[in-house]
Amino acid sequence: MSMVTEAPLRNAVPTDQELIDFVVREARLIDQQRFDEWLDMYADDAFYWMPLEWNQTDPRLTCSLMYEDKLLLSIRVERLKGARTFSQKPKSRCHHVLQTPQVDSRDATANSYVTWTAMHYVETRLDEQTLYAAWATHHLSVENGKLKIKLKRVDLINCDAAFGNIQLFM
Amino acid sequence: MTRYAGNAAALRALVRDQEVHRDVYVSEEVFQLEMEHMFPNSWVYVGHDSQVPNAGDYFGTTIGTQPVLLVRHTDGTVKVLHNRCPHKGTRITSETCGNTGKFFRCPYHAWSFKTDGSLLAIPLKKGYENTGFEQSHAATGMAPVRHIRNYRGFVFAKINDGGLDFEEFFGESLSSFDNMVDRSPVGQLKVAGGVLRYMHNCNWKMLVENQTDTCHPMVAHESSAGTVVEVWKKAPPGTRKPMAVEIIAPFMSPYEFFENMGIRIWDNGHGHTGVHHSIHSDYSAVPGYFDKMKAAYGEERAKAILDENRHNTVYFPNIMIKGPIQLLRHFKPIAANKTLVESWTFQLVDAPDMLLERTLMYNRLINAPTSIVGHDDLEMYERAQEGLHSNGNEWVNLQRLYSPDEAEQTNVAVNGTSEWPMRHQFRAWSKFMTMGM
Ligand code: FES
Ligand SMILES: [Fe+2]
Repeated sequence: MSMVTEAPLRNAVPTDQELIDFVVREARLIDQQRFDEWLDMYADDAFYWMPLEWNQTDPRLTCSLMYEDKLLLSIRVERLKGARTFSQKPKSRCHHVLQTPQVDSRDATANSYVTWTAMHYVETRLDEQTLYAAWATHHLSVENGKLKIKLKRVDLINCDAAFGNIQLFM
Repeated sequence: MTRYAGNAAALRALVRDQEVHRDVYVSEEVFQLEMEHMFPNSWVYVGHDSQVPNAGDYFGTTIGTQPVLLVRHTDGTVKVLHNRCPHKGTRITSETCGNTGKFFRCPYHAWSFKTDGSLLAIPLKKGYENTGFEQSHAATGMAPVRHIRNYRGFVFAKINDGGLDFEEFFGESLSSFDNMVDRSPVGQLKVAGGVLRYMHNCNWKMLVENQTDTCHPMVAHESSAGTVVEVWKKAPPGTRKPMAVEIIAPFMSPYEFFENMGIRIWDNGHGHTGVHHSIHSDYSAVPGYFDKMKAAYGEERAKAILDENRHNTVYFPNIMIKGPIQLLRHFKPIAANKTLVESWTFQLVDAPDMLLERTLMYNRLINAPTSIVGHDDLEMYERAQEGLHSNGNEWVNLQRLYSPDEAEQTNVAVNGTSEWPMRHQFRAWSKFMTMGM
């Protein structure tokens, strides 16, 4: 099965392998900077959440590094294309190394699937290369025969450290 | 090579009426002198007393680069102690904040100290008999910072004995704290939501100056705020404006908006943008909030409090607050070319949660290392930090709307795009840098 184009689901209920392929494909699209296709993997009511606190439970009354709906994510993607986006002149590049995603829960009746993926993420710009270690939790569901991300949660191992710019997506 | 140590004239010569020498940003020697003179001569923000509500609670931070502890003493007062064991210098606390109980205990040889710093006990005390220990510096315990002041919850400290007293140093500028605190129906703030920490490879003063730089948003933030405005234009007509758009879009306001909003200048480097209106003026009303304010203050006073929409208030040397959004940014110097930016948020006690939600969203969208608006600014600071090494021109220009008689004036409101506040910050810098030299 190719990771490059999106494979249609064979059944209404995705197999574990289909969930895993989906998560791996998401990382690949980010690495290849195919951000429009990447955005398309998110449901319209999706959130991308990067907590600021270890084991954070509340994204509303506790600050996060990111807690973005699809509008904000699409603004980020548009901004990356901008002629006057000076912090991206020259552009950043990134690289994901994933452990095999684990399917933590599957509930076909509720149309809800959760995977957990340990990963290393490297972002570079100019002469700087920065390594981040994180766990990604994907909450997925099937919409019109396609898997979609409802929530992606990225927990950095050092979520409360002082960072420089983190410009792309983990 | 030392050029500036003990040389007040050379330091003063770095600041001219309309320009400053690049050494104020790039020289490690000047940075060291700031730590030895400028910060200890100034009233520097330490923390908020809600971070240490109970006896024994402590919070570790820095005054310049010196580690200090904010601690709640057993008698209920707040103390600031140098975070250093009088024995061999070991930092006393292992966590940034926590509760130490009735005393601090050094993890190295177990000397212990009361929460006001005084020495409580030493193991094997006999070993110090007949050594003249009572006369030693160590016998006095952890050194307290003697000059501290808790202003409506905000704790400031001054390390040196000389210099100005608290009221002289801040004067009328304290009205910005008043407004932020008065926004709570019970007149009380609480640190809430977690602190964002953002590392900047640039001089701390670049951040301070930027707080009153109103000619950069529509240029530097075209990438972030400009994109928000463009993407939002494509939303179907009648869509409710999201809180995020309300927060980011005003950064793209035109020059006239910033010119007309005005800047106020106070003594000693303090001042604020947004005399008449600001990027915070047009936020949607939060349900139930005004009623609470009205009940607490009466309608007229409640209106007056909420109509004050100061944008950025700079407290020299290194904090900025935003009253209307209950946020404080602390620019912590680490080296001439390195600054830690901490962004703290506050909850208005007894106000609806939605206000805190907005505060946290603002902090996340503007001040986070993952924030696109923050990326725009940091890129410019880091480019400046590099560009200043060019010998093409050793001076940084701060001339916009300069007037020859401005140094003598205080508490004036001027054109919102003036660089007067930056000139004013450097006059204060020069004064506190060379005070007593
Ligand atoms: S260094 Fe603190 S007790 Fe020895
Ligand atoms: Fe800015």
